[in-house]
Amino acid sequence: MTVADELAGDFDQARARARARRRIMVLVLRIVLAVVIVGLWELGTRTGCTGTDTETCVIDKFFFGQPSGIWAQIVTWVQNGTATGPLWEQIYVTLLETVLGFAIGVFLGIVFGVLLGRNALLADIAGPYIRALNAMPRVVLGSIFIIALGFEIWSKVALAVVLVFFVVFFNAFQGVREVDRDLLSNARILGASPRQEFRHVILPSALSWIIASLHTSLGFALVGAIVGEYLGARKGIGLMISTAQGTFNANGVYAAMLILAILAIVAEMFMTRLENRLIRWRPNAVTDVTF
Amino acid sequence: MTSAGPIPSTPAVADANRPAIELRGVTKRFVSPTGAAFTALRDVNLTVAAGEFCAIVGPTGCGKSTTLALISGLEPPSRGEVLVQGEPVHGVGRSIGYMFQRDAVFPWKNVLDNVAAGPKFRGTSNGEAVAKARDWISRVGLSGFEHYYPHQLSGGMRKRVALAQTLITEPKVLLMDEPFSALDVQTRALMENELLDLWAATGASVAFVTHDLEEAIALADRVIVITAGPGTVKAEYRVDLPRPRNIQEVRFAPRFVEIYEEVWNSLKDEVQVSYERATHLRAS
Repeated sequence: MTVADELAGDFDQARARARARRRIMVLVLRIVLAVVIVGLWELGTRTGCTGTDTETCVIDKFFFGQPSGIWAQIVTWVQNGTATGPLWEQIYVTLLETVLGFAIGVFLGIVFGVLLGRNALLADIAGPYIRALNAMPRVVLGSIFIIALGFEIWSKVALAVVLVFFVVFFNAFQGVREVDRDLLSNARILGASPRQEFRHVILPSALSWIIASLHTSLGFALVGAIVGEYLGARKGIGLMISTAQGTFNANGVYAAMLILAILAIVAEMFMTRLENRLIRWRPNAVTDVTF
Repeated sequence: MTSAGPIPSTPAVADANRPAIELRGVTKRFVSPTGAAFTALRDVNLTVAAGEFCAIVGPTGCGKSTTLALISGLEPPSRGEVLVQGEPVHGVGRSIGYMFQRDAVFPWKNVLDNVAAGPKFRGTSNGEAVAKARDWISRVGLSGFEHYYPHQLSGGMRKRVALAQTLITEPKVLLMDEPFSALDVQTRALMENELLDLWAATGASVAFVTHDLEEAIALADRVIVITAGPGTVKAEYRVDLPRPRNIQEVRFAPRFVEIYEEVWNSLKDEVQVSYERATHLRAS
């Protein structure tokens, strides 16, 4: 090992240490930020109060909730269940609606996107209708779905499907149309049949567009499920929120929101992993090999 | 033939049984989306003999790439006839290899799958295609990189992948559209040498489009000069430098310099015309 190598080694180690230090610092500051905000909130609901009238406190916990109250609400839900049954059942129902809506919406979006992207005549015929449907605030369809499909999960799945469909559809449509001409020519020269061209060039090329839409779609699926439950349901986190709202239980709304946020983050993590798996070939993917 | 003077545009090698590529009175017009017609090639007569390495040079926008598209069958001519190995071209033929100017390797396939794509498309069994691909990967010096994706490779390595991908189908006619223009000078010279070695082993006929006259003379048996667009054949020059050639060294041969001067005298007028048009367009 030469002196230069040793120096380089020292330098690398120093840099690795600096990176580790920074990571720890960021983590600590993050926790501090949360503690400060939640702490101030809790403090606000407990200071300046005269007697039992919550209105006199700096923050009125009746309207704005209280961290300790939110925690107590979650504990109650876990231990005693919610008004509509055990907590895990509500989570399960909302997740089921989200996943079903996402899967069906993505599937339909890809099928129609590819179909219309490949067929100019179909695209010209259906184009204005699709644009009109897309311009409409689709959440209003939720009411139709509740009337048509009832209070069980399928009305929420339908709403999630409608929200997801358009996001994926437009990406798939664009992806199929933006295929690199040279790649198509190359495949043809190499002897690809139209089917092989589709399978080896058009589909993978569109896939990078489709995958880019999946993150947004998952969020929309969750929105569809929750809004659907709001409009009318027998179970689910959306229903828990609307029940809490109906009883002026601010802590209940926040507690349900917290659960929802955790679900969203976990779902997002799964999505990122799926994404990295599907497009390993893409630059900047996590599997980047350095040499 | 010892002089490098212009030679008549009849088939270059008289005793070759049939030319590998033949364009007879070919005109190609494109219609732009606005409806304006644009003539890319006008009345082109061109022949590439079997086993010949033919370079096509011309100023930017003279229709060099269009010529290759016509030979490959990707584009039909507006008028005239295109023959490959004596047969009129209808659609993309099986005996053609085509290397594009931009990277046309599939970014979602690793090196092995990229190189094996041709044989697989053509119905070779998986195992056989992979074995053949491994052989070609080692021939272009990429052993060990089989499972890398194109974005993980350097520009020169991607070109090697493209070269292997093209040559694995054993094309009788090899079309190359400025394949090395994006590479740095050293890598380019390396790739050119490698191309000559690989080509010598295959005996394919090559139509090599470039705007770099030095590259054209260093590689080819014959250089065809195309006029500023609409392109047509202006002159042809035989390159009688001995083979095997070393790209870096052949440039210093006195004969090379002679040929260069002669071809450049013909080419520079076209470059001038093309340049004036471009600047005129920009000014107006």
